Amino acid sequence: MLIRVENLSHTYVSGTPLARVALHGVSLEVSSSERVGLVGRTGSGKSTLVQHIAGLLTPSEGQVLIDGIAAHERTIVARAARRRVGLAFQYPEDQIFEQTVFREVAFGPRNMRLNKAEIAERVRWALEMVGLNPAMESRSPFTLSGGEMRRAALASILAMRPEALILDEPTAGLDPHGRRELLARVRAWQVETGATLILVSHNLDELARVVERVIVLDRGQVAADGSARQVLSDSALLSAAGLDVPQSVTLLRALHEAGWDVRTDRLLPEEAVEEIVRVDAGHTTSLRALQSVEAM
Amino acid sequence: MNLLLPGMYMAADSALHRLDPRVKMGTALVLMVLAFAAHSLASYALLTTFVVIVAILSAAPPFALLRTLRTIFWLGCLMFFFHLFTTPGQALVAVGQFTITREGLLTGATQVYRLCLLVVISALLTFTTSPAQLAHGLEVLFKPLAQIGLPVREFAMVLTIALRFAPVLLEEIDKISKAQQVRGVDMYSRNPLRQMQSWVPLFVPIFVAAFRRAEDLATAMEARGFHGAQQRTRLHQLRMTRQDLFAALIALAVSLAILGLERSI
Amino acid sequence: MPPFVELRGLEYSYPLDGGGQIAALRGIDLTIERGEFLAIVGPNGSGKSTLVRHLNGLLLPTAGQVQVNGLLTSDPRNLWAIRQRVGMVFQNPDNQIVASTVEEDVAFGPENAALPPDEIRRRVDEALATVGLAEYRTRPPQMLSGGQRQLLAIAGALATRPACIVFDEPASMLDPANRRQVLDTIRRLNVEGLTIILITQAMEEATAARRVLVMHKGRVAMDGPPAQVFEHGSQLRSWGLDLPAAVEIAHHLRERGWRLPQGLLTIEQLARALC
Repeated sequence: MLIRVENLSHTYVSGTPLARVALHGVSLEVSSSERVGLVGRTGSGKSTLVQHIAGLLTPSEGQVLIDGIAAHERTIVARAARRRVGLAFQYPEDQIFEQTVFREVAFGPRNMRLNKAEIAERVRWALEMVGLNPAMESRSPFTLSGGEMRRAALASILAMRPEALILDEPTAGLDPHGRRELLARVRAWQVETGATLILVSHNLDELARVVERVIVLDRGQVAADGSARQVLSDSALLSAAGLDVPQSVTLLRALHEAGWDVRTDRLLPEEAVEEIVRVDAGHTTSLRALQSVEAM
Repeated sequence: MNLLLPGMYMAADSALHRLDPRVKMGTALVLMVLAFAAHSLASYALLTTFVVIVAILSAAPPFALLRTLRTIFWLGCLMFFFHLFTTPGQALVAVGQFTITREGLLTGATQVYRLCLLVVISALLTFTTSPAQLAHGLEVLFKPLAQIGLPVREFAMVLTIALRFAPVLLEEIDKISKAQQVRGVDMYSRNPLRQMQSWVPLFVPIFVAAFRRAEDLATAMEARGFHGAQQRTRLHQLRMTRQDLFAALIALAVSLAILGLERSI
Repeated sequence: MPPFVELRGLEYSYPLDGGGQIAALRGIDLTIERGEFLAIVGPNGSGKSTLVRHLNGLLLPTAGQVQVNGLLTSDPRNLWAIRQRVGMVFQNPDNQIVASTVEEDVAFGPENAALPPDEIRRRVDEALATVGLAEYRTRPPQMLSGGQRQLLAIAGALATRPACIVFDEPASMLDPANRRQVLDTIRRLNVEGLTIILITQAMEEATAARRVLVMHKGRVAMDGPPAQVFEHGSQLRSWGLDLPAAVEIAHHLRERGWRLPQGLLTIEQLARALC
């Protein structure tokens, strides 16, 4: 699936004194099976952009094409294209309304007019993907814990088998264990289905574990679009966009400034550790070499 | 998302904005009654002039004011044609079974004009008085009723909280609506059955969220020392100034003038 | 001087729909002194929020005693005074704002105390100045950013001139820039003498405190300075918690034979120690 955003602009309540330009000339392309992170401060346009990709908004200018079809149009073809894109808003458990977990997760597939057997199969698969016990199927979703409700809401999107999935702050409000687990499951799902994944997040440390490519939005425009390693280590760029680099990068940059010969694009804590050890090992080796030369 | 609440308050610092909400509400009410009490051309002229002057003093953009008339367009047309065809009198033109009379034309026009006046007067009120000020004004006006046991202060508190959360609720509706659209609900279906079906996935989450919000808010209010709406003081006090008295007197004068004109005709 | 907060044998259970009880707090003994900066961490369901809601009498213990500023929460006549002295800021910025303008919302607390209007005015101006929202006085809350709305909530708490403010995950719904704004304000308030109790899921925030309480299954599992608490990495992990990145990295380096001083909590401290 190819998602093309062409010169997309969006102005809210245009023509009134409260008009606000949320997106301005945004162009990008996301291909099949990519794992992309979308970052930016609040108000940078992330939410507006993903809503356009899901075909929920009409562009003020430009367009979003899903495999060549304009996403926002009211045609049957466009509707079919939109069906292939899943979107989970922030705090997706807010959308829960059904009387049982089964019905909630089955809601999407039901709207796709699948037969009962297919629906049941999809529900079972989706619950497994998110790590919810199938025994919960008959419970009311409102009796689940917050983390479980989050997963149920996610399952209801996965059950539609989208070819592209957009998650807006999927770990917001979860405790550390919950966050790790959810992201691990999302990653496993992506690997199993080969779907495109777009992750909107403020937590760059977390993002670095999941995505290979990062797009930075700043004031409604694309400020950067490149590999995660490249973008997330560019502290000048990120701070201009109102963001922080991952902790590892902060550390490595500090060491680099103190004269260490470390690479500053190691994003994860374990990578930072390896990098520090590597540089020190080299340093120690050359020191020993020097000492042994001096000893001779 | 910044949404204008229905009634459209426009924050500005006009002479009208600075008036006490009680004076504005009272005057608006009186003017609306006068719109129906007036029959002669002179009365209409006086009333219209007064409304125009008030509109100028309110700093409301004229086009915005006129745009509010859009809301009654169909009602106005209906009224006009109703009176046009059903008022007995001197016939002008016959259209099939129905006759258009001179009286019909006049009555139709005057009724529509009265309706327009009503809309413009209430728009001027809501343009220059925020919902919170209106609620405050109502609370103070109805305070005496608390003596006979009516929950005026509680109701005022409920009203202010509802006003405060109206924009939040609208955003929430938008978000839930979009979330369910993604799941395949057709929010804009022409099919009435399908339209109704799209309401459950919208209303249940909104209600659930509203209850949760209410609980959170009640907890927060308790934590901030709320223990009943009764013994509370207010940061803002409504105080009648000289301008308020002056405005009230002018409104009174205009009312008496119009009533006098009607009497003498 | 007696401690500001004293909890003795605090237990709290509530009934389940289908019968039976959930023991949310299982016997807590705790004292908090004036001027402390205490962070409370723990997985969801460990009892953090339940615990702090006993501090201003929103919840009453099913066993044991809660004493705040010398007053027992079990006496309903004390609750009002306690709530003046202990303010509370909640997680959701929207669900604690009552009024349609900033200054009216800050005035809510003093209005409840039936203070005269000029005193209310004074308190409102004072509180808004402290959090830096004075120029937004007449704005409606939806025109404020998430961070500003939390600052508004803080101003609302400050308006009753409390000795202590409890924060229940105040920044978890905010983006990093807004989060920093709120935490800086909290830190400043503590420097100025306010007792601060901060519940957080972000371990980096807990490093700013001088004392960390780790809750686990309704009990206080650990209680000490952050450096001490974060030494027990594997224990914390087994309870579902994270370590701050700096602590994690320092730990791994020590495992590889590096000699680093104890108590490195932030990246800055770690960088300095390495150089």
